[in-house]
Amino acid sequence: MFARVALLVLRKDLAIEVKSREILYTTLFFAVSCVLIFSFAFVKEGQPLENAAAGIVWIAIAFAGTLALGRTFERERYGETLRALLLAPAPRPAIYVGKLLGIVLLLAIAGLLVVPLVAVLFQAAFFERPALLVALLLTGTIGFSAVGTLFAAMLVRARTRDVLLPILLYPITVPVMIAGVRCTSALLASPPDESVAAMWIAMLVCFDVVFVTLALWTFEPLMTE
Amino acid sequence: MADFDAVALVDVSRHFGRRRAVSHVSLAARSGDILGLLGPNGAGKSTLLGMLATLVAPTSGQIRYGDRTPDGSALGVRRRIGFLAHELHLYPELSARQNLIFFARLYGLDPNQAVESALRSAGLAERADEDVSSFSRGMRQRLALERALLHAPRLVLLDEPFTGLDDLAVSSVSVRLRQLASTGAIVVLATHDLDLADGLVTRVALVREGRLVSDEPASTGLRSRYRTLVGRQGP
Repeated sequence: MFARVALLVLRKDLAIEVKSREILYTTLFFAVSCVLIFSFAFVKEGQPLENAAAGIVWIAIAFAGTLALGRTFERERYGETLRALLLAPAPRPAIYVGKLLGIVLLLAIAGLLVVPLVAVLFQAAFFERPALLVALLLTGTIGFSAVGTLFAAMLVRARTRDVLLPILLYPITVPVMIAGVRCTSALLASPPDESVAAMWIAMLVCFDVVFVTLALWTFEPLMTE
Repeated sequence: MADFDAVALVDVSRHFGRRRAVSHVSLAARSGDILGLLGPNGAGKSTLLGMLATLVAPTSGQIRYGDRTPDGSALGVRRRIGFLAHELHLYPELSARQNLIFFARLYGLDPNQAVESALRSAGLAERADEDVSSFSRGMRQRLALERALLHAPRLVLLDEPFTGLDDLAVSSVSVRLRQLASTGAIVVLATHDLDLADGLVTRVALVREGRLVSDEPASTGLRSRYRTLVGRQGP
């Protein structure tokens, strides 16, 4: 039942997005804009600033993710459909997981666009260790989205939700950002430092387990008014 | 699990910070009742409905569904509740059919059976594949009512269900609510429209400033009774 409800919520979000394409386009546009602006600042005469690429990938994902989180839950606020979901005879954490999967999917698509763009603009060798790169993007995105989905759901009825979401989200996800940037730097080193990258990915897996467990545990009481 | 025959609020209060939205309300409704929850804007009607729907937790007191409480069997209780809120709980980007299919699946129903019948009841069979965003308020309201009744709930909670409906739709909704009550549902209807409530509800609970000021069988002269108990601020 848990998986059925989570997939149902995910499919519903995808069906809405396929029709409107609003969140996908705005998120991708925002992520690409971030990368382009940083490239104007950090690439001088064809030479990028050392180690800038690693940070820019994660800044673009975090900023675009914040936008996507806000817009996704704005949809649930309009018509109070989040209340309809909470009223259903379904485990409430399954609703959280469904929303989380939608955000992870969206940020994965953003990552697919941002990483090659940063690789080209910053002459960064992202694709030397593709398996580690995929593992890094996936674990980092899950960690960021796990916290973000919980906070965005909590703030859905708050008038100042657009201001509060980044204020709450960024400090809590600092460990994910640090791990993401350090791991990306290790992968971009010449030669790539696989052992350091694997260590940071393991750290991200630990963050993901902790954040997702806490979110599943707290979602029901936090969503009851 | 046996269905419940009554729902009861026992000395229920709900405070939002220092504001008392609902204060020490005790109220019961039985199978077959159409309970009108009447009161001016801000009286606490929507909070009472939210608590009955398990969406708002009481600050104190208890809500019982037969011999069950939401703490003990939340999923079982929620499975038997249908809630039409003032906001319609519909996705405007999806079609009427997509909305109903989604909620039917969420309630573990076979969408093939439930959805077509609901579309016919809402009078939207012809426009089933159009996006809800293109519907008038009345059409949305009818669709939202069918969404709330999709799973044949035992406890039907309705917050201002006649908003945006024309006279024909109002009478068809009234007939529908009487049918539900006659088949054993408990219908709780929050409204401040006394004309529409008069003749429909079988019991009346008058609420003012979060307090229950009267709970009695419906009788003629609802408007004068309301004025006496709730005061001049009534409609």
